[in-house]
Amino acid sequence: MIQALAFYMFAFMTIASAVLVVSSRNPVHSVLFLILAFFNSAGLFVLLGAEFLAMILVVVYVGAVAVLFMFVVMMLDINFVEMRQGFLQYLPIGGLVGLILLCELLTVVGGWVMAPEAASSGLSPTPDGITNTHALGAILYTDYLYLFEAAGMILLVAMIGAIVLTHRRRTGVRKQVIADQLARHPADTIELRKVDSGRGI
Amino acid sequence: MVLKERPVLMVDFWFLYIWPVAWIVIKIVAIIIPVMLSVAYLTLAERKVIGSMQLRKGPNVVGPFGLLQPIADGLKLFLKETIIPSGANRGVFILAPCVTFVLALVAWAVIPFDEGMVLADINVGILYLFAISSLGVYGILMAGWASNSMYAFLGALRSAAQMVSYEVAMGFIIITVLMCVGSLNLTDIVMAQKTVWFVIPLFPMAVIFFISTLAETNRHPFDMPEAEAELVAGYNVEYSAMTFALFFLGEYANMILMSGMTSVLFLGGWLPPFDIAPFNWIPGPIWFALKIAFCLFIFIWVRATFPRYRYDQLMRLGWKVFLPLSLAAVVIVAGVLVAFDLAPQV
Repeated sequence: MIQALAFYMFAFMTIASAVLVVSSRNPVHSVLFLILAFFNSAGLFVLLGAEFLAMILVVVYVGAVAVLFMFVVMMLDINFVEMRQGFLQYLPIGGLVGLILLCELLTVVGGWVMAPEAASSGLSPTPDGITNTHALGAILYTDYLYLFEAAGMILLVAMIGAIVLTHRRRTGVRKQVIADQLARHPADTIELRKVDSGRGI
Repeated sequence: MVLKERPVLMVDFWFLYIWPVAWIVIKIVAIIIPVMLSVAYLTLAERKVIGSMQLRKGPNVVGPFGLLQPIADGLKLFLKETIIPSGANRGVFILAPCVTFVLALVAWAVIPFDEGMVLADINVGILYLFAISSLGVYGILMAGWASNSMYAFLGALRSAAQMVSYEVAMGFIIITVLMCVGSLNLTDIVMAQKTVWFVIPLFPMAVIFFISTLAETNRHPFDMPEAEAELVAGYNVEYSAMTFALFFLGEYANMILMSGMTSVLFLGGWLPPFDIAPFNWIPGPIWFALKIAFCLFIFIWVRATFPRYRYDQLMRLGWKVFLPLSLAAVVIVAGVLVAFDLAPQV
């Protein structure tokens, strides 16, 4: 009973906060609701027994990605009136994307209802007696090693690409060279002088 | 087997639902009250220690040796008026200190005080701690934005960048420890240090980890978000009375939490230094408290000793020094574990 209660609470909160992400007027509030949605989906993962995924969801999405979202959204000066004006213009294409997503979801759920055994054949069930962290590690670093490494390489390339695209070399910047600073010696830089009173240097 | 239908008695209801919940609540209270008391006396200890380091006496007027000072401070903050600026975003403004405070407390759910003496002995304990500590940035970010003040906003932006940067290095150091343990469970991490505390084989990582926790808790010398000389008080400029007190309590509870995390990862948690007669008479929780107190003393010592870092140097230290070092540490530790066949069998 308590599990069912927890499930309905997390599920309701996920959906409600997802709706609020889209409908709230203030973009910072949207990001906060997005974080709430992530949190509740992490709760759903815990209920499924996938505690590793739940924690990774919080660490990666809430702890890093959403912080950057928030960072950007807080700095932007968004004009809401202008944003609303484009609504009708984008409605057809947005509706199309929504429709395709709905169809795909229905296909998944339909397959699930009509052939319940189909879903389990594609999965690698967690072996008994080990935690799902071990199970995930064992499968990622053996069966899917090349795909895993490829994903890592793609992310690395994307990161380098983003840096290359946004980096600009400014001229006339005086940069501090830490090595030079550390190499300085008191004897080279400080000079002690005896000053006679009333004379100055 | 068909169970006989019988009316649900009040006794069943009590034993099935009410008693387990009540027992958990009792355990939570038994954790939170000592934590809050230590937070209160940590503020006093900090002022006393810094006072001694600067050849002053520190607070010594309220109560014997100033022992009632934290209570007087708390009462003062409690009785003051909470002011909400007219330009502030009310909901987020009030939510921000609550988030900071709650996050500082929920992390204690997985900290083991002794073998089996833990509220929730979950499989992914260290990841939970890491996740909660990475959420700490939200309280500060929300406070900075909702205050509608430039000083607060600048403090919040600095803090966000700083905490995200140092989390990366912390993550890699946690990975080096986990490779030596073979489990993400905090009790297992402590038990793996029975022969030798990880601070000895992994000494450089322990140092980097401790410095990263300084940055993660926004403590000196990395207290950029509240650099009073440039940003007045940073993200909490607009806060007063209890809302400010919640930030303050959250920051100090986070310090204790990070010291606890350092103790669990590197100083062997509740284990005595040597498993021989005079040492193992002292119960585990006391060893754990002593180790936390040792880490907290270093926190305060650092505060009294070092000048504040410049912001660009802080970023340089995080990304150009700690990140490569901790990444190299992961590779080196993994290499050593494999080469000498020391890796834990799981």
